[in-house]
Amino acid sequence: MREVLKYVRAGRIIELRGRDADDTLLDYIREDLQLKGTKEGCAEGDCGACTVVIGELQEEGVRYRAVNACIMLLGQLDGRELILVEDLAEAGELHPVQQQIVDHHGSQCGFCTPGFVMSCFALYQQRLLAMEMAHQDGGRRFEKLERRHVLDSFAGNLCRCTGYTPLVEAALAACHKPVADKFFARRHKTEVLLRHLNTEPAMALSTPNGFFAAPTDLEDLLALYDRAPGTRLLAGGTDLALEITKQCEELPSLIDVTRVESLKRVEWKSDAVHIGAAVTYSQASETLCEMYPNLGQVLGRIGSVQVRNSGTIGGNIANGSPIGDMPPLLIALGARVELAKKKSERRWLELEDFFIEYGKQALETGEIVARIALPYRQPDQRFSCYKLTKRFDQDISAVLGAFCLRVTGNRITSARIAFGGMAGTPKRARRCEAALRGSSIAGIDNGHPAYYALEQDFQPLSDMRASREYRLAAAKQMLLRALAELPGKGAGLERLHRFDAGEVSHVF
Amino acid sequence: MSSSGIYGQGGKNTPAKVIGKALAHDSAHAHVTGAARYVDDIPEPTGILHVVPGLCRGAAVGEILQLDLTSVKNAAGVVCVLTAADIPGENDCSPGFGGDPVMAQQAISFHGQVVFAVVATSRKAARRAAKLAFLEVEKHKPVVHLREAIESSDSVLPDYAFGRGDIASGMARSVQQVELELDVGGQDHFYLEGQVAMALPQDGGALEVYSSTQHPSEVQHTVAKVLDLPESFVNVNVRRLGGGFGGKESQANQWATLAALAAHKTGRPCKCRLDRDDDMIATGKRHDFLIKAQAGVDEQGRIEAVTYDLASRCGHSADLSLGINDRAMFHLDNAYYYPEVHIKSRRLKTDSVSNTAFRGFGGPQGMLAAERLMDAVASARGRDPLDIRYANLYGQRGTTTPYGMAYEEADTLQALLSQLEARSRYRERRVAVTAFNEKGGHLRRGLALTPVKFGISFTLTELNQAGALVHLYRDGSVHLNHGGTEMGQGLYQKIAQVASQGMGVCLDKIHLAATSTGKVPNTSATAASSGTDLNAMAVLDAIGQIQARLKAFLASQSGAAVQDISFSEDQVLVKGKAVMQLAQLAKQAHQARISLSAQGFFRTPRLDWDRESASGRPFYYFAHGAACAQVLVDTLSGEMRLEAVHILQDVGHSLNPAIDRGQIEGGFVQGLGWLTSEELVFDDAGRLRTHAPSTYKIPCARDVPAAMEVELFNSAGNPEDVVNRSKAVGEPPVMLANAVFCAIGDALHSLAPGHFPQLRAPATPEEIWRCAQAQKELGGAKVLPFAHAQNGS
Repeated sequence: MREVLKYVRAGRIIELRGRDADDTLLDYIREDLQLKGTKEGCAEGDCGACTVVIGELQEEGVRYRAVNACIMLLGQLDGRELILVEDLAEAGELHPVQQQIVDHHGSQCGFCTPGFVMSCFALYQQRLLAMEMAHQDGGRRFEKLERRHVLDSFAGNLCRCTGYTPLVEAALAACHKPVADKFFARRHKTEVLLRHLNTEPAMALSTPNGFFAAPTDLEDLLALYDRAPGTRLLAGGTDLALEITKQCEELPSLIDVTRVESLKRVEWKSDAVHIGAAVTYSQASETLCEMYPNLGQVLGRIGSVQVRNSGTIGGNIANGSPIGDMPPLLIALGARVELAKKKSERRWLELEDFFIEYGKQALETGEIVARIALPYRQPDQRFSCYKLTKRFDQDISAVLGAFCLRVTGNRITSARIAFGGMAGTPKRARRCEAALRGSSIAGIDNGHPAYYALEQDFQPLSDMRASREYRLAAAKQMLLRALAELPGKGAGLERLHRFDAGEVSHVF
Repeated sequence: MSSSGIYGQGGKNTPAKVIGKALAHDSAHAHVTGAARYVDDIPEPTGILHVVPGLCRGAAVGEILQLDLTSVKNAAGVVCVLTAADIPGENDCSPGFGGDPVMAQQAISFHGQVVFAVVATSRKAARRAAKLAFLEVEKHKPVVHLREAIESSDSVLPDYAFGRGDIASGMARSVQQVELELDVGGQDHFYLEGQVAMALPQDGGALEVYSSTQHPSEVQHTVAKVLDLPESFVNVNVRRLGGGFGGKESQANQWATLAALAAHKTGRPCKCRLDRDDDMIATGKRHDFLIKAQAGVDEQGRIEAVTYDLASRCGHSADLSLGINDRAMFHLDNAYYYPEVHIKSRRLKTDSVSNTAFRGFGGPQGMLAAERLMDAVASARGRDPLDIRYANLYGQRGTTTPYGMAYEEADTLQALLSQLEARSRYRERRVAVTAFNEKGGHLRRGLALTPVKFGISFTLTELNQAGALVHLYRDGSVHLNHGGTEMGQGLYQKIAQVASQGMGVCLDKIHLAATSTGKVPNTSATAASSGTDLNAMAVLDAIGQIQARLKAFLASQSGAAVQDISFSEDQVLVKGKAVMQLAQLAKQAHQARISLSAQGFFRTPRLDWDRESASGRPFYYFAHGAACAQVLVDTLSGEMRLEAVHILQDVGHSLNPAIDRGQIEGGFVQGLGWLTSEELVFDDAGRLRTHAPSTYKIPCARDVPAAMEVELFNSAGNPEDVVNRSKAVGEPPVMLANAVFCAIGDALHSLAPGHFPQLRAPATPEEIWRCAQAQKELGGAKVLPFAHAQNGS
């Protein structure tokens, strides 16, 4: 075990000891490093003023991703490279993304600007990497940068002054054809450093009041969790960290599950794809869209780039949120979840059975969510999903509906329908499903009992996101749309925001 | 940051004429490198303590029965806990009317009110300790919502009314009566930098305060009042704010005062920075309004007479509600002439946080009502809304406003509107939109073109004054101070350009010093869009004094005629020929014992508004603009997409077109948020449920259409003698977003032509859905779940 945290900044390895397990990366940057360019705007990962870029070792080399420093814990920095807004300019010369923002008059009050610079910088680095990969592999296309890519990159950054147009234009100008910068020039050196760090033993920091452990082996993790059963598991932290920043809770010890090799895998098995619980949204996105292109309608709207770069699907399931977007999608698709305990004790559950009631999941003491099994698409299966929010991007769903209908001839043979935001847990619409089963496609438009069945299935609450009435109506119109998109039903009911899989840009 | 100065495009090569150039913001380099310092970024002095306010979270209104702070005091890291009893002076941080205690003493008047403040060695320790307080309040049922307040009829300020003519005779001339009832929601400022201040004790009990405030003088006066210090003992410094938008006009006082009180008490430097949720819960917002109108119109849809009744939700105290509600009244005409008009306003008390200034200061709410009335008339008369707007526009029948001021730029307004009509291809779009909607699908398009006429000046006349302090040093460099604060609007940059050209020095010789009450005293807030108008004129006054002294000196030395001497690009010119460096002259003048420093002053002319008699001139001039918006609405889900926007804005002769454009685009998007996605939800217990960006949704990049065209109106210049004949641009663009709201209304109108949609602001997806359902019923369409109805049968 390694009693020291090691990360890379500006080409050097930095070692840290003796920190609290619940120290945030943002506090470390501002208070310990005394670097004040990274700002706190909300301390909950919604405004992006604290955006920093993390370099991570991947097969293709070092990959740069934007994350929110306010909800990333310092321990998560281990084995990674940290890039801050102060690191970009060199000897008074601005980085191209900075220069373009100046030239486009992209800052007014300037408080959000470092966050935008860093989101833009991450896009710039990904473009450089993609350009290089296309160069090395003649068959690989270097995609033209479009406005929507920039909008994806900026969905997690709020600006209250500029109205965004100059920032978007600056990003387009800077990242259209990126030129090699100092980070690119020293990429091989950085890669060597990170490789070195990643061959070291797993980190287990003693902290003043507890520990921060990041095991790399699943059995080690389960054994540790068994010994310290009350310890909170960290699987990205985009939700957990809010307990620290918002409720001011003390979390003296944490176990980071995202370093466990076997939990980071995506495996194509015979009947399903197995997604490790520590796979982030960004990492899973391509696989999920390949399996179910319509998932693209929602995946690009879960959190923001920064949140998807940290947040894991396993974490989204394990925290049992009634409004998490992934669980209803996975339930409709018939996903199962593998739970793991020490000494290779494993069990599989239908995902819907994992959510017992609000705040209660089917986890036993010492048990963790290990993998999700997502079955393959069947030829007769029509999957569609809808996310309804006040704001299109980066907003928690008022209602999320997922519809998996199987059709033979002109008859619906089975239906799996699940909603988020309609009950205390992500929940199936069983009466609605039953009403649809066996129905002829031709007869489902007009006052079909399936619509009214939704009223029996759900008694949603009114809250700040939506009223009860609107939630029910929203669920009904989602059903209407899902049915209108069945084969032989014409063009369907056009969506206002076209955000199909083909449009999902895998920018991180 | 380059060493050549703070100017991205400045330096030695700066041309003599920098006024009107699209130069970068003075801090642009510092912004993008993270070097720009905000209050929380100033290196902390050793031994600094952190102040965290303890908010009342269990009740909205009632007597305090018990406050037990024992556990708070005993918590790790806590140095002391402050309550009202620790205040040596007056327990009030209001901007004038009273009623805003720094810390509640006997009673709670809104949910989230500050009751105590923890002072601890770290912010984390202070936050954790603040949770340990025990507070018991004798709860009463709070009056939370505006309609409840209308019922209970309790006001924070007396009603006010003005008008002109005879409503009855106007109504008698009308062929049709049109009614409007409009709910307009509030808005949180959501400045990215939350409220923050740091106070440092100085010799003799004095305090140095760093505050993120739009009103340094008021922070100074409040700190002095609360600590019972002479005002001269408190110095407030402001280099920049991470956004203000009105939310740091009066609302910054409390946090600076708490930091100052803690510093005063402990003798140590203290900082108070609010957590985002606390900031949103404990500080005021834009006022919500209920506006009712009754109008009589003639055959052409021209208003003959109109009465407006305004009710606003002011919160528990007056704060700035007087000026805000007055400004709402001043803008109920917007661009339209009302022959007979009566406007009445009530300023209602609710048991909620006191609402406050927000960009537009009541104007947006008033103008939205005017625009919706035009739409209602168009619906009633079966005409295109733009034609109704033209028919009612100032200049057609009259140019006197409801408050008796002559409006002198009706021609500008008319020209601007017709130019935008052409540029936006409004008529072509109208045909296409109508054709699209006639297909009858679940998606509907809407189109609207709305004008903006916004009065420039503080309506409280005494506020229309400004000061400046300019030093010329012996090396020819200039230290520039004025009373305005830089909150992103580019005030410092604009004034630097004015000073550079006015003084004849290159931009890189000018140091933009932080605003300080010790240098320029007794200032007004940087507000009412007046920052540049007022402060640039004061700076020019100071520069003029220094130049006059230098010219007289040079004339006495060289025999040159005073009128032949000028200054340009660090040179002294006689009859246009350079004779020496300014630095040389400055040095000689100094040796000859001539002062190279001057205090400038400006007061806006022509203002003589008398509120008592509701007569005179409240505004120096008007800023104009117009926007054309096209939206696409999903009537099944209520989602809305803004497809295209065209904007034309009158900024007079721009001081800096890049900065002006930034204000226009940013203001429009802020207005877009106010009218669409930004919803403040208070529950019946008076708790704000949307107190963080996770629940309160300001626009993000995708909400702004690619097809957004912004142009500056080719102006003949401000008719009034404002610097460079420019016009104010801070607030007016917010109201450009009225076009979006009216366009959504237009889309919904297509579901039931002739039935005016009772759309409330903000038009969230749920509100659009609700209104669409109502329209569909009125239009005879069946509603969900009958699928065919959605396809327009």
